[in-house]
Amino acid sequence: MWDLEFTYEVMPDLLEGLWVTVQATVMGYLIALALGLAIAMVRRVPYVGSILHGVMEFIRTTPLLVQLVFVFLIAPNTISAMTIGVVVLGIHYSAYTAEVYRSGIEGVAKGQWEAARALSLPASRTWGAIVLPQAIRKVIPALGNYLIAMFKDTPLLFAIGVTELLTQAQRLGAANFRVVEMYTIVGFLFLIVSIPSAILIRRLERRYAAV
Amino acid sequence: MEFLIERLPLYLDGAWVTIQLTIGGCALAFVLAMVFGVLGSMKHWLPRAVSTVYVEVFRGIAALVLMFWMAYALPLATGFQLENRFAAILALGLNIGAYGAEVVRAAINAVPKAQVEATVALNLSWFQRTRLVVLPQAWAQMLPTFGNLVIELMKATAVAYLIGVADLTAVAQQMRQGTGETIVAFIGALILYYLIAQVLISGMRLLERRANRKLGRTPPGGTGLSALLKHPAVGGGSAGVG
Repeated sequence: MWDLEFTYEVMPDLLEGLWVTVQATVMGYLIALALGLAIAMVRRVPYVGSILHGVMEFIRTTPLLVQLVFVFLIAPNTISAMTIGVVVLGIHYSAYTAEVYRSGIEGVAKGQWEAARALSLPASRTWGAIVLPQAIRKVIPALGNYLIAMFKDTPLLFAIGVTELLTQAQRLGAANFRVVEMYTIVGFLFLIVSIPSAILIRRLERRYAAV
Repeated sequence: MEFLIERLPLYLDGAWVTIQLTIGGCALAFVLAMVFGVLGSMKHWLPRAVSTVYVEVFRGIAALVLMFWMAYALPLATGFQLENRFAAILALGLNIGAYGAEVVRAAINAVPKAQVEATVALNLSWFQRTRLVVLPQAWAQMLPTFGNLVIELMKATAVAYLIGVADLTAVAQQMRQGTGETIVAFIGALILYYLIAQVLISGMRLLERRANRKLGRTPPGGTGLSALLKHPAVGGGSAGVG
């Protein structure tokens, strides 16, 4: 039966694992946000853009787990598993965020580009002052969705030995023969984080939908 | 290259397991998505609440956690040992089905109100209305997103190797341990995953064309066969997220 005392006992360790999961998610997400934007912009360059698109398509249609294990195995030992995990997570999701940014950039009215040209603004001002502010505003909810998606993919770091939530649960469960409690608690912890975030993002969506 | 050709049969075995997991997961996810999607589009609060609970719970838990729970916790909690492959299919189906249910619900709600009013005027029953008028129109709309979800599910099957299923990823790991050729072993698996994904994407696009033709619409991307080769609109915001 459910052992409540044990549950209390291991909570600090599990929360520590959850904290690692959250850290990995946030850092990976920042990489995905920045890299995705860069990719979306470079994709407008002829040829280079097409090649990049092919590469991103490959990354997007192959499993993140395989990519993680692969990079972990070929990377030098001096790089920590956490760093590799965060970077691979970020690159994988940049393939998705790039598409989101692209749809936002393509949604900017053509007249806006033409107006920037007519004013003979340099490329940096065209992007920075005209295109991106309009594009990004529209895609904030879609980008937010990927934050939750990413949070739910961080348990994969288990496969390369990062001591995130699932790894902790596995360790504690095996050591105390309390596997049921451990995995159930992990499930609940995930719900506790992801349901409120989903509600928050839905609210964001409603706010930006009107614009 | 020789390395890969020599071991191709093993890779194909692994790929076959991956395909089985994908098909099984998709079948389960599809049924769940349809059932809970239709429940979610109903007027009465009770079916809507049931659908919301299912969607939020299974969308909120990571697929890997769900899979571990099915494989390791469930036997201890209930004394009911699932076969690993079945546990994987169950976890994937429940997870992706929750995303699918939202897609179905949104597509049904997007069918123009006048269509429903017309069925009421024609005195059709709820079943007739749903089967003959609402679902065929919603179907065309849900297919592109379903395509994304199918790819998501296929990719998620790689996780099954962590609970001991001998899929494509497991084969790559074996190859690596047997020969020490990490790069070749993994590139081989990645390419096979990519090829499976391309086949799935083309299949989904064929379905899309058929659904649109049935409704008398021009399929997206034109009518020619070459439209099948065009890049799909993947990742435009709904690929396995929420």
